[in-house]
Amino acid sequence: MVKAFPGVFSRTRRQDINRRVRVLPWLWLLPALFFIILFLVYPTIETLRLSFMNQDSSAYIGAENYQHIFASSATRTALLNNVLWLVLFTVLATGLGLIFAVLTGKVRYESLAKAAIFIPMAISFVAAAVIWRFMYAFRPEGFTQTGLVNAIGTGIGLEPIAWLVEHALPYIDVLLPGPLHTNNFAIVAVGVWMWTGFAMVVLSAGLKGISTEVLEAAYVDGANDWQIFWRIILPILSPTIAVVGTTLVIQALKNFDMVWVMTAGNYGTDVVATLMFKEMFNFHNFGRASALAVVLLVAILPVVLINIRRFRVQEETR
Amino acid sequence: MKQKKTLLIIIAAMLTTVLTLAGCQAGTTGEKIGTVNVLGVWGGEELASFQAMVAPWEQQTGGAMGFSGTRDLIAILTTRIQAGNPPDVAILPNPGQMIELAGDKKLVALNTFLDMNKVKQEYAQGWIDLGTVDGKLYGIFMKADSKGTVWYNPKVFQENGWNVPTTWDEMISLSDTIVSSGKMAPWSVAIESGEASGWPATDWIGEILLHEFGGKVYDDWVSHSIPWTDSRIKASWEKFGRIVLTQGYVPGGAIAALATNFVDGSYLPFEDPPKAAMYYLGAFTQGFIADQFPDLKAGEDYSFFPFPAIDPSYAGAVTGGANVVVIFKDNVTTRSFVEYLASPAAQQIWVTRGGFTAVNKNVSLDAYPNPLARKAAEQLTSATIFRFDADDNMPSAVQKAFWEGTLAYLQNPSQLDSILANIEATAKDAYK
Repeated sequence: MVKAFPGVFSRTRRQDINRRVRVLPWLWLLPALFFIILFLVYPTIETLRLSFMNQDSSAYIGAENYQHIFASSATRTALLNNVLWLVLFTVLATGLGLIFAVLTGKVRYESLAKAAIFIPMAISFVAAAVIWRFMYAFRPEGFTQTGLVNAIGTGIGLEPIAWLVEHALPYIDVLLPGPLHTNNFAIVAVGVWMWTGFAMVVLSAGLKGISTEVLEAAYVDGANDWQIFWRIILPILSPTIAVVGTTLVIQALKNFDMVWVMTAGNYGTDVVATLMFKEMFNFHNFGRASALAVVLLVAILPVVLINIRRFRVQEETR
Repeated sequence: MKQKKTLLIIIAAMLTTVLTLAGCQAGTTGEKIGTVNVLGVWGGEELASFQAMVAPWEQQTGGAMGFSGTRDLIAILTTRIQAGNPPDVAILPNPGQMIELAGDKKLVALNTFLDMNKVKQEYAQGWIDLGTVDGKLYGIFMKADSKGTVWYNPKVFQENGWNVPTTWDEMISLSDTIVSSGKMAPWSVAIESGEASGWPATDWIGEILLHEFGGKVYDDWVSHSIPWTDSRIKASWEKFGRIVLTQGYVPGGAIAALATNFVDGSYLPFEDPPKAAMYYLGAFTQGFIADQFPDLKAGEDYSFFPFPAIDPSYAGAVTGGANVVVIFKDNVTTRSFVEYLASPAAQQIWVTRGGFTAVNKNVSLDAYPNPLARKAAEQLTSATIFRFDADDNMPSAVQKAFWEGTLAYLQNPSQLDSILANIEATAKDAYK
């Protein structure tokens, strides 16, 4: 039979190789895919499903959870705070990281300076939050200050500020609306303290990748330091800045530990992650907690997609 | 032959291992008592006292207690139950959560192994009823505290010729007098407590409401028979606001009240020089003061007066709290542990250390270490109207909304109406 119909039953060597080339990569990927499906895809789908159910996941209630969370003022506060984190934290950490990267590149004790700025990244978020809670400690006017920040402040004659509670801007007592409160700034400052080191290290590596010939040519052409920075270094560095930026944006949206340990989300510092935690564990409302998780996912998705697109472009130019 | 010998050795080793393991297990068949894992809110001085209380049990039975303390008890407990890893024993600060857990069938009924005749003899019926859900006893109340105590420094009062107030109006005029004397602020108010921040403020509001409107309105409020936006509830909030928000009453103002931890706040009237004159918090405050100022004498250097009357027909009313012991696993160790905790001998140990009022009737009043502790115990037992601390009896979502509401109110007093409306919305959701 095989000999009677050669084209149907025999496989050429080329078809064998083709099949192997197509199938084999998937076989290698299978273990990783399995874990991703189990720990990422399945929970995401399940969370999406639970967000349409009621408190103890016994009945479907449609979009009621979403209606509730978007109508509630607590969610509005949390979303605005997340936007503040998104903008302020990312810009500050990237900007400071860039400045430090450029400055440390010019001094002889570069590695020492870099290590000092990078060390906060080595401790856990919770540890950093606990440390800064003590630093921000407040006692009323006339009492001895136990927090370092207020001790320095009162030492130079200023009044003590309750950094983690106060809404009005410090020392000038101006009350700005929405998320622009002192306690939010104080917590963002802790985040910046932690992540500037990361931004600095990545940007510094990017800086070192700029060929000296380009910079020398610019010097010869008569450009001063400032012009070199803005016109040459920044444009060349923009892919690196994009990497740092997107990582920090994702970090800002994910942020939970710092807010939870420092204020437990009280005093208007709530973010979506702490709100979700409270709904889940304090109020046992799995439907609403899932809805908040989905909101967070949808917010982060564009950033992740940008990252993926940039990754693809990079791979193509390789 | 060598093979047979090896086989015999292997079988012997396996048998030995199996028998040893079987012997080591503390099952319900009356085996050895092992380690009991306890989850509670205590830390610092309170924890040290609890450990002293448990030490004789550990010595007598050879068991051991592992304690995890957190103010974030509700979240931690929920997580652990969800993960299938509940503690053996939990000491809850409120019966509200005990009722929720019993309803979810997570707790072991205590009347299945405790000698109920002994329990009825040693505990007032009111406490037994409080721990009973659907006819079964799920919790034993252990550490009670009167919450109607205002702490002050008698020596300072004497030096300045200030009199202990017995009515709300007297207390306000005393506060004004102290402000004009310029020596110190009249009040210390401190409501920071990590994730539970706000609870001392809710104690204030509950106490005021009970004294002004009586037991029936209080019960209606706790059971949500009247809405949070009711004018009487609003009036109680505003009375509390009167204390914190009046200029000069609290050192540092409302911000300081929000930012100061409730333990640190208790020190102000007793520092040298005193920074404030009075501090309202439950009878357990005695433990904090004694711990921080070991040289001060109870009753002379620090004492309390009962929360003053607002409406004279409700004078002598007291709010109080208690800790309830519940168990999640039924075995020899937990049974022995709970029986011990419920006994008068155990409770007496903490009583003698101070800052603890025993619920067990058989603990003699003489065991109280000083007249102050005895006074607190008597206030509890002789109350004309007694009510359990309000927020501890509410569903957790409402309790949290209540706590956060007080924080928002102190930060923004003009928002009181919308804050109450918010809590009402949460309550409507939670009580159904």
